[in-house]
Amino acid sequence: MIPTDTEHVGARTIRDIRRDFPAFAASGDARPTAYLDSAATAQRPTAVLDAERDYLEHDLAAVHRGASAATGRSTSRFEEARADLARFVGARDDREIVWAQNATDALNMVALGIADASVGIGGADAARFALDAGDEIVLTEAEHHANLLPWQRVAQRTGARLVPVKVDEHGCWSLDDLVSVLTPRTRVVAFAEISNVTGLIVPVADVVAAVRARAPRALVVLDACQSVPHRPVDFAGYGVDFAAFSGHKMLGPNGIGVLYGRAELLDALPPARTGGSTITRVTFDTAEFLPAPQRFEAGTQPVSQAIGLAAAARYLEAMGMDAVAAHEDAFAARVLEGVAAIPGVRIVGPQPGRARAGLVSVAVDGVHAHDVGQFLDDAGLVVRVGHHCAQPLHRALGITATTRASAHVYTTAEEADRFVAALGEVRGFFGLGTGAA
Amino acid sequence: MANLEGLYQEIILDHAKARHGDAPLEGADAEHHEFNPTCGDEITLRVKLDGAHERIDAVAWQGDGCSISMASASVLTDLVAGRPVDEALGLAEEFRTMLRSKGEGVPDEELLGDAIAFHGVSKYVMRIKCAMLSWVALEAAVAKAR
Repeated sequence: MIPTDTEHVGARTIRDIRRDFPAFAASGDARPTAYLDSAATAQRPTAVLDAERDYLEHDLAAVHRGASAATGRSTSRFEEARADLARFVGARDDREIVWAQNATDALNMVALGIADASVGIGGADAARFALDAGDEIVLTEAEHHANLLPWQRVAQRTGARLVPVKVDEHGCWSLDDLVSVLTPRTRVVAFAEISNVTGLIVPVADVVAAVRARAPRALVVLDACQSVPHRPVDFAGYGVDFAAFSGHKMLGPNGIGVLYGRAELLDALPPARTGGSTITRVTFDTAEFLPAPQRFEAGTQPVSQAIGLAAAARYLEAMGMDAVAAHEDAFAARVLEGVAAIPGVRIVGPQPGRARAGLVSVAVDGVHAHDVGQFLDDAGLVVRVGHHCAQPLHRALGITATTRASAHVYTTAEEADRFVAALGEVRGFFGLGTGAA
Repeated sequence: MANLEGLYQEIILDHAKARHGDAPLEGADAEHHEFNPTCGDEITLRVKLDGAHERIDAVAWQGDGCSISMASASVLTDLVAGRPVDEALGLAEEFRTMLRSKGEGVPDEELLGDAIAFHGVSKYVMRIKCAMLSWVALEAAVAKAR
């Protein structure tokens, strides 16, 4: 039986896992800082740092250009990294993995490609993406700005309309809520598998099935930023058309992320950025583009970052994503139980019984989130305070900002307890009653 | 002192709870809205000047934000209402200088009054904007009114 608790990830203890992370080994403090902001940026294991350094020391050379043996080795390592990511997220083909700067960049690539197709760029192949005035883009109110603003731009350029899936008083939405706004005019449905604020886990395959049944012309775009780093995913199995995630949230480097797309769609989507390495034939006023993924990878690529990201994927694979998820579920359960007992603290997100990831956002009655964050910082806790790039969601909840604690493989039960204990002292410090508000 | 009590002085916590000037202002000459997009703090500050535009006859504000920003607006109200405009603007500049001091120097307590409680904020670079929010709004509102 694999232990599934706050002290283990699979068969490994957290104490052992923390030795993989230089950020935790270096601290000589009697009471080290508790890093509870992995949903923003995760710490990186030595395996990731070493993979980047090894490439830079031994195999650094241009990729996909030139004819030297060094270029061949560099290209091989770059493409092996792509294969690692394809396996990690359940792509059917390595070609379905396009390197991006991060998830924001990947979502923009899809949105801008659709906007370009809507004015005829990409020709007949891209016509399937073209939006007309009156077409509908369905988004939930819970989306991160990265999965909202690119669609606002598409709407401005095409005359398509943004249609919201409303959230309830906890910031959550249901399949029924989504189905109720789908129409034959729905051309894009974009949503996060896991909300970065509420932690709500969406049953992606069910959403895809509902969209296919009611809006057969719609593309399904998945923001997988908070899911890929923390739980098993299967993009091909889900049946989504596009998905996006970032490296730095999954123990990998900054400056690298992934756009996943079904191969037939990627081969037809106009590349948002154009330039070297993306083409077959160029004349003075025309260009023909390579198939995916090269058509999207204009200019010099972040090769060492891609190799570092592949190392992160292998590191997580070795641990087992089911075990990672179970560990983080245990963290969330511990925090939720503790916070529920603190008067005057409101827990945002799924109520007991609904699927929730390993992050917990709270609002403290009468104390602004920045003051909460300052207090927790002083107590040696690194958390995220603010609107978490989700202003419409916070507006729907009737609050300006929240305080979020989030976990990864290295997070301990003691850190969860410290968060709960410090949170319990906040209202008292700010001169508010510690009884029920 | 770079600890939490150094930042959240009693004066600040008191003003954050019992806010002076947190109200609309009838007959205002000008108003200015300031917003801090990183934390969502916002304030609309209104001023009424005398006929010669030389004195701030009344100041009031409405806003939402952290204890530092709200307390700062409250202290501002106490300090600038009834003051000559030039004195109030000088005070805003002195306040700004104190917040940028990184905890160094000895602020002029006679000039700053209760605002000296915000000296500790200067050690917390992420919070300086919170403390400045209402003062920036005051400068802009006065400029509009004149």
